[in-house]
Amino acid sequence: MVSFETPSIFNPASFEAGRIDALFRFILIVATLTFVLVEGLLFFAVWRFRNRPAEAAVQVHGNTKLEIAWTAAPAVILMVLLGFTFQTMGEVKAVTGGNVLHVKAIGHRWWWEFRYPDLQIVTANELVAPVNTVVEVAVESVDVEHGFWVPELFGKVDAVPGYTTRVRFTPTEIRNDYYGGQCTQFCGRQHAQMRFAVVVRSAAEFQNWAALMQRPEGGPEVVSGGAAAGRELFLTPTSQCIGCHTVADTTAVGVTGPNLTHLRSRGFIAGGVLANTPENLKAWVTNAPGFKPGTVMPSFANVFTPEQVNDLVAYLNTLR
Amino acid sequence: MTSHAQAMPTSRRPFLAEALEWITTVDHKKIGIMYLVMNFIFFIIGGLEALLVRTQLANSNLKVLDPQTYNEMFTLHGTTMIFMVIVPIWAGFANYFVPLMIGARDMAFPRLNALSFWLLFFGGLVMYSSFLAFGDGGRPQLPDAGWTGYPPLTTRLYSPGPNIDFWILGLHLLGASSLIGAINFIVTILNMRAPGMKITSLPLFVWSMMVTSAMVLFSTPSLTVALSLLLSDRHFGTSFFIPAQGGDPLLWQHLFWFYSHPAVYIMIVPGMGVISEVLPVFSRKPLFGYDFIAWSSVFIAALGFTVWAHHMFQVGSSLAVNTFFATASMIIAVPTGVKIFNWIATIWGGALDMRPPMLFAIGFISMFIIGGLSGVMLASVPVNWQVHDTYFVVAHLHYVLFGGSVFAMFSAFYYWLPKITGWRLQNGWGRLHFWLMLVGFNLTFFPMHISGLLGMPRRIYTYAAGQGWDSWNLMSTVGAFLIAAAVLVFLINVYVSARKREPAGNDPWGGATLEWATSSPPPEHNFDEAPTVKGRDPLWLLDRPEGSAGKRARA
Repeated sequence: MVSFETPSIFNPASFEAGRIDALFRFILIVATLTFVLVEGLLFFAVWRFRNRPAEAAVQVHGNTKLEIAWTAAPAVILMVLLGFTFQTMGEVKAVTGGNVLHVKAIGHRWWWEFRYPDLQIVTANELVAPVNTVVEVAVESVDVEHGFWVPELFGKVDAVPGYTTRVRFTPTEIRNDYYGGQCTQFCGRQHAQMRFAVVVRSAAEFQNWAALMQRPEGGPEVVSGGAAAGRELFLTPTSQCIGCHTVADTTAVGVTGPNLTHLRSRGFIAGGVLANTPENLKAWVTNAPGFKPGTVMPSFANVFTPEQVNDLVAYLNTLR
Repeated sequence: MTSHAQAMPTSRRPFLAEALEWITTVDHKKIGIMYLVMNFIFFIIGGLEALLVRTQLANSNLKVLDPQTYNEMFTLHGTTMIFMVIVPIWAGFANYFVPLMIGARDMAFPRLNALSFWLLFFGGLVMYSSFLAFGDGGRPQLPDAGWTGYPPLTTRLYSPGPNIDFWILGLHLLGASSLIGAINFIVTILNMRAPGMKITSLPLFVWSMMVTSAMVLFSTPSLTVALSLLLSDRHFGTSFFIPAQGGDPLLWQHLFWFYSHPAVYIMIVPGMGVISEVLPVFSRKPLFGYDFIAWSSVFIAALGFTVWAHHMFQVGSSLAVNTFFATASMIIAVPTGVKIFNWIATIWGGALDMRPPMLFAIGFISMFIIGGLSGVMLASVPVNWQVHDTYFVVAHLHYVLFGGSVFAMFSAFYYWLPKITGWRLQNGWGRLHFWLMLVGFNLTFFPMHISGLLGMPRRIYTYAAGQGWDSWNLMSTVGAFLIAAAVLVFLINVYVSARKREPAGNDPWGGATLEWATSSPPPEHNFDEAPTVKGRDPLWLLDRPEGSAGKRARA
């Protein structure tokens, strides 16, 4: 599996994650003080009164004033925590006007599809977002429940089939690497290998990326040699590829698997699990269940010859 | 009281006759023993499943278990520990001790009592016998959808094998067992108390079983309904939970958590009852603030029915809904805090007898404080969005259910086993057991807070290297094996003690409640004459005139 930088909730890189981080640190301090006080009392009492003669035990049944006091004190502390909680809930959920990028995240077993309805972009495994822009993600699922979470950017929200749930984040830091994300709601055999990444870019770079994504596939005239043979094989219905995958402006219009139109532009394949290298693509096309037992993508080890796999991957490499 | 030591059967009866006697018994003590033995066997099975899970997660990219087996192991670990160990083990202790503690001869409905045990027994068997049925892939399949069994994953489309049906039917039987037991406890406690024992002076373990039984009564039907609807979706063409046909997967979550949140209190409140029995006896002074401790259980039980959707903060509910459930969840920390302060005040000024029941009771308080504080963090909705479904929650729930319930369970074993068997457990082995378990428990579960905060989701069978998760997971795995060693020490203790057979006497601890007024083990009819009760801590009242110093340790 490719690894992401530690997706710690203590490294917030968005306005929203920053607010939650501040709330969490505040509660953590209050909890730590409470912990020290109460455990301190307990251990002092145990140490002080251990192994004394039975006659030494003080026969008291209670003290109503004391008991009311230690009922009321925690209640007051909890009300303060609740106040901060409500304040943060408002800040994180508030709808700001102006520039909002709408993205739809669709959970499939076991990969994430990302659609940008306003930009006519469909991609997979990587959500690309411009820095300092409000990104509103509408989360859906086509099969079972999934969980959508990038610890450094936003708290999780479930993908519940039949519902559209929403989460909002405003990235504040451009990172050359990825922000790692992972499915958090158990969704079956490969729940562990349903990952994705968020890429945060400058506004200009995001525009370039979007323009690239809106380009159609090059067509037969841009491919040659093995790639041309691969293209023909890919588009032959009996090869099964186009039953599940889409490549824009071709006869490939399947929707079960990820849209491959700009496959080469992505860092990962196989649900954010393998780096997108020609070697990994070959291995994946040959025997996907070898990497992810239970995946919908069948093994083609007995269908395609190694030369045909080479041709297919040569073609996939032209999908920039 | 006369001694009944001679009542122990000394001659060996033929095995078949002995077995038949146990199978057909309606004696609350024998049923209690069968509960405890069966629950402990399941505790070991569930523990072995946990060891497999921990071994697979010891490091990144391990292949000890394949993904399917891993999913089966964590599903069965959760289901077993909750439904076949912690929920019913309190029914086991209560079966044996509630009648003794209230001075009754048996439970109100002895035959129903036997029925609830056998439903539990067969429920467990049904759950585990799904390996006899072959699912997809042509291999035996165990339940594999998590103990929460969220549809649509558990509908036929995504779980075509029979394993989920075994899970549903097994839980049905366990739920029925639990319900029947609850009715029996309520009727027994309300109607069969010794003369003079008022409902407001019940021993607190009995009080906690009363409160727990009420929770079982009101919450379990919700689980039964959810399971029945799911079974109907799987086999009778309905679509309660199938979104493509107009069903609603969130309906399951509401029904499931309407049972399963109160179930947390069903698992912890009897443990709190045990602690409230053990602390006064081993501090040689009465419980501090009986009324506050007793009524805080009632508040916890009532509030426990208003917090279920804090398991669902991430499903996109409205701000108003989340606000309500966050507030209710925070408030529940108040009665819990009351108990902890009252327990510390009970210890304060006492004469502490640091033998194993007390060690485990103190361990319970100190670990439960941690579980309670992480619970407050989880009640804060935005924090919950970050840490829900991560190892932070796994850590939290184990601090409550292991640091809480399991420590209380071992406190109860050390406290009451001498009464059941007639011989004492060894203190040395008991101390070793306690310290190994305390260290192993914290080594296992404290690092999980951190792996969760570093972004590790729960229920994943493997993870990539280089994400900062490896060393925390290795610690957890080492700790899990320490816990296993501690459980082994307990079994050695039982074995060694059974060989030595040092007589416990009627009252090895200087106890306050009626079970210590009869022989160990008690005769079949429990008491030769019905005891009369003058107030709380009845044996201590017998023992000393009003206002004098506390009872001396007799052990």
